[in-house]
Amino acid sequence: MNKAELMDYDRALELFEPVLGFEVHVELNTKTKMFSDAPNFFGGEPNTNVTPVDLGLPGSLPVVNEQAVKYSISLGLALGCSIAPSSRFARKNYFYPDLAKNYQISQFDEPIAFGGSVEVELPDGRLFTVPIERAHMEEDAGKLTHVGGATGRIQGAEYSLVDYNRAGVPLVEIVTDIIYGAEYDAPELAKAYVSTIRDIVVSLGISDAKMERGNLRCDANISLRRRTAPGEPPAKLGTRTETKNVNSLRSVERAIRYEIQRQAAILEGGGTIIQETRHWHEDTGQTSAGRPKSDADDYRYFPEPDLLPVEPSAELIEELRAALPEAPAIRRRRLKADWGFTDLEFQDVVNSGLLNEIIETTAAGASAQSARKWWTGEIARVANARGVDASTLVSPLHVSELVALVDAGTLTDRLARQVLEGVIEGEGTPDEVVASRGLAVVSDDGALIAAIDDALASQPDVLAKIRDGKVQAAGAVIGAVMKAMKGQADAARVRELVLERANA
Amino acid sequence: MSSETPPTVSTSANSRPAGSGTPGEITTDQVAHLAGLARINLSPEEITKLTGELVAIVENVAKVTEVATPDVPATSHPIPLSNVYRPDVVGETLTQEQALSGAPDHDGSRFRVSAILGEEQ
Repeated sequence: MNKAELMDYDRALELFEPVLGFEVHVELNTKTKMFSDAPNFFGGEPNTNVTPVDLGLPGSLPVVNEQAVKYSISLGLALGCSIAPSSRFARKNYFYPDLAKNYQISQFDEPIAFGGSVEVELPDGRLFTVPIERAHMEEDAGKLTHVGGATGRIQGAEYSLVDYNRAGVPLVEIVTDIIYGAEYDAPELAKAYVSTIRDIVVSLGISDAKMERGNLRCDANISLRRRTAPGEPPAKLGTRTETKNVNSLRSVERAIRYEIQRQAAILEGGGTIIQETRHWHEDTGQTSAGRPKSDADDYRYFPEPDLLPVEPSAELIEELRAALPEAPAIRRRRLKADWGFTDLEFQDVVNSGLLNEIIETTAAGASAQSARKWWTGEIARVANARGVDASTLVSPLHVSELVALVDAGTLTDRLARQVLEGVIEGEGTPDEVVASRGLAVVSDDGALIAAIDDALASQPDVLAKIRDGKVQAAGAVIGAVMKAMKGQADAARVRELVLERANA
Repeated sequence: MSSETPPTVSTSANSRPAGSGTPGEITTDQVAHLAGLARINLSPEEITKLTGELVAIVENVAKVTEVATPDVPATSHPIPLSNVYRPDVVGETLTQEQALSGAPDHDGSRFRVSAILGEEQ
């Protein structure tokens, strides 16, 4: 692939306004497929989770999964959409063997949800409203493996192998309206939008939402509109490209930035943008041309004669609306205020994915600041070193117990880290680890005074300095005492006692 | 955003299926185009013949509009049913052997199809 010419991003934004649109596909985590009772599971032995419906065998008839309809309504409501009192499935006809029927069952002019919006938070905390045109139900396609040919890629393949385990998995496709005004933040907005959709479906519990596994997939549409001088009419919208295969939040951001720079270079060089599908390549950070939009996109939609209209009752819609969880964006703002975190502290928590752990730790009694300190500090450090999720190491309850021990003065921070290590190693609750490892702070003044008197007696010069008012000299004695106590003493208390004994 | 997305969203049960334009205007070009989309090889004679037949069919069907008034909802199904659902419970699946038994070609676990030019939808 030849590296396309790119324009400097800032320069591109001076000349052009980026115009965006997204199609996000969400795989629902129902137990069965959209139109058959085969398990909603793929990745295992090929062609084992299939029924005659999924293979499009003659005489088979699809039947709608009720749970998938409910999930779709919930998602529509969470996107601020209206739910259609009557919606229908349609056949999208195309010749490609990823579905055995030569058509995909989708929805066309009567989607289940339409006309919503989603509030998205940009990295600097500004809110941006993304308009949602529609959300519709459809089925996922099977997986093709291209064999032979020089590159193993699709062009030049000698044949293709098809696994239909994924065929018929329930999908909701969320389509935005045209998004204007993202301007310089277009790449960040793209990332934040997909991230918000992910948060929403996770909070609804309707999808596993793992982008790397394709549970959540984003097609990004982008075009550039040339800026005009003030007073002049706005220029016409540019020709758009649709970038597919964007499988991570980071890729979404990079792909948008790349397309802006690529299109700007072509337009400024006097060229024209071809309306086409482009493929994102994670490894090179570039997009390459796919097929141009053409006759192949003439899908000849018509109402699916094998299925009946979906007409959810007003009662069902209200029941699902009442069960909606707090919107992720609103929840975050509430938590940040409740906890009194700074922007930086809160971003740190969100980015580390430890929001729920901190919620549960505070619910168990710890202060939010202590919970944050432990989760994003020592626990995150250990998790990082071991390459595991922090949440798998220790329970929020145990963290709150650990915080309580520190607050009560039973443990110093240093001792608490050792206790945490014991808890992570499965030695029991913090209390049990304190007992079994003998880690509690020595709070018996008698034992401390004996150790201090010993230390002062063995360092008469230090004693003299302290008596002369050189208080910082006490450090040597404190060190000796902490050592004698094997670190299990509260240094501040030791310091107090050292000064007291020296001047006694 | 995509070309497959209809320009307007209708939620009315009265909305007509996509592509139901003015009837009777079937041209040989349209038939040739459709034949291409459907991967059917038609000779020019067949296209001419089919065009005539399709015009007759469409005109016949269009007679419905003589009695259909705006208060008659469009229908895509002869029985007035809706909300026919299936509970989300796993049923019986085919074995891999059964699944592949009708395939013209397979590699033991997957269907084998001739090389595909074009891309995933």
